[in-house]
Amino acid sequence: MTRVVIVGAGQAGSSAALKLRALGFSGDIILIGDEPIAPYQRPPLSKAYLLGKTTAEALLIRPVSLYRDQSIDLRPGCRVDRILPHARRIETSTGSLDYDHLVLATGARPLQLDASIGGALGNVFLLRSLEDVDRIRPAFVAGRRLLVVGGGYVGLEVAAVAAQAGLQVTLVEMADRILKRVACAETAAYFRALHARQGVRILEGTAVQRLEGSGPITWAHLSDREDLATDLVVVGIGVKPDISLASGTGLDIDNGIKVDQFGRTSVEGIWGVGDCASFPHYGERIRLESVPHAIEQAETVAANICGAQKVYVAKPWFWSDQFHVKLQIAGLNTRYDRVVVRQDSRPDVASHWYFGGERLLAVDAMNDARSYMVAKRMIEAGISPDPEAVRDPTTDLGSLLKSLAVVAVPNY
Amino acid sequence: MPKITFVCADGATREVIADLDQSIMEAALAAGVPGIVAECNGAAACATCHCYFESAYAAHTGEIGEHESEMLDFTASERTAESRLSCQVRVAAGMEGMTVRVPPTQ
Repeated sequence: MTRVVIVGAGQAGSSAALKLRALGFSGDIILIGDEPIAPYQRPPLSKAYLLGKTTAEALLIRPVSLYRDQSIDLRPGCRVDRILPHARRIETSTGSLDYDHLVLATGARPLQLDASIGGALGNVFLLRSLEDVDRIRPAFVAGRRLLVVGGGYVGLEVAAVAAQAGLQVTLVEMADRILKRVACAETAAYFRALHARQGVRILEGTAVQRLEGSGPITWAHLSDREDLATDLVVVGIGVKPDISLASGTGLDIDNGIKVDQFGRTSVEGIWGVGDCASFPHYGERIRLESVPHAIEQAETVAANICGAQKVYVAKPWFWSDQFHVKLQIAGLNTRYDRVVVRQDSRPDVASHWYFGGERLLAVDAMNDARSYMVAKRMIEAGISPDPEAVRDPTTDLGSLLKSLAVVAVPNY
Repeated sequence: MPKITFVCADGATREVIADLDQSIMEAALAAGVPGIVAECNGAAACATCHCYFESAYAAHTGEIGEHESEMLDFTASERTAESRLSCQVRVAAGMEGMTVRVPPTQ
């Protein structure tokens, strides 16, 4: 019987397993994860779960019983030590396993502050896993002084949740502005103002020089010479793809495990999906850290294991929740040269449209589902609207989409 | 714990006993109903859990929010008077016997 072994029981691994069964694959499916619980959703960790509004059980992607019903052999709490690609075998903490297809869905690991500057002190936390958040929650108490390191989406979400929970929040970003790597200055300004109104203190162009404390952290020394009395720190300075298993096996690595348009790595019988893998995308090689991508790439690989020869075409989108604002992002803004702001008359409703030349690349939509949905359709169909029409808040976006869709040629 | 019948795009039906603390989307996924994608897992961010709800049960499915309504205007399968994002509809005791149709595409 054909056996598929999936290493990594996150969103990508879980999706690959479930899709294989949905496609009628009748062989063995073994889903191995190093965390002690069944696959769960990570996005709510920095939102509802940190706020205590949802339970660990509610985070599960599917109930444990569903894996059993689908004859998926789920093995949590199991570590994979080595791949022997010629023998098509892996060695794990609970013994060795033969495979016909091996799917690497090992995800990404959060970057840490170096121990030499106090990164290993007590009450200095990362936020990537359920276990991380379970460690944070006892320290996450109203009135405590929280320092968030990193002004990306995770850092901003933590800051928002903390302010809502009554903590005193300072967020530092080393770059000259928040969201520098992922969004335009206009979007950064929108979220800076939102956080300021809610009492979050944001210090841009400011780095942590040293964290100090005997046991738990007590002081943070910042590059602007400020010394900040601090009870806890959450570090959100990005992730790196988890390639340890792959590189030890000799798989090609290029900003993650290098896979082709079908999801194949450089070694026969081994596939790569989700946060850990880089893949070709319109002439470039990219890596995405997002749930929708993890699901869709994993489902494509599941189809290809069944012989479909399906090319994976990413349709990137992301979301973030901060205070009362839902941010939805369609597309990738890489190499934009212009941002068009569409300002709605409703408060806090706006969208920022990224263009590269004439071409629409991406949109950040804040409390603006209509702009998001229209832009996503346009980007996926290769439609670029007239920027001036987009800027005009009286333009009906639905009609604009319809008028352009008639003549558009899809780009995938 | 009402019994809800999901009708898939190919006509296949699936009866689900739903928990009262779930959304319709969660009840469907837990039972393995095909055709509901729910990429954002209930954040009302993706519009891939679109379903058609019997209008006779409108009193139990609740009001459509502004955000949800804007998303529904651009779903992959056409919006009708019965359209909802199933992640935004909570299971209610009065839904006993309700039928939910899953659209052909999300």
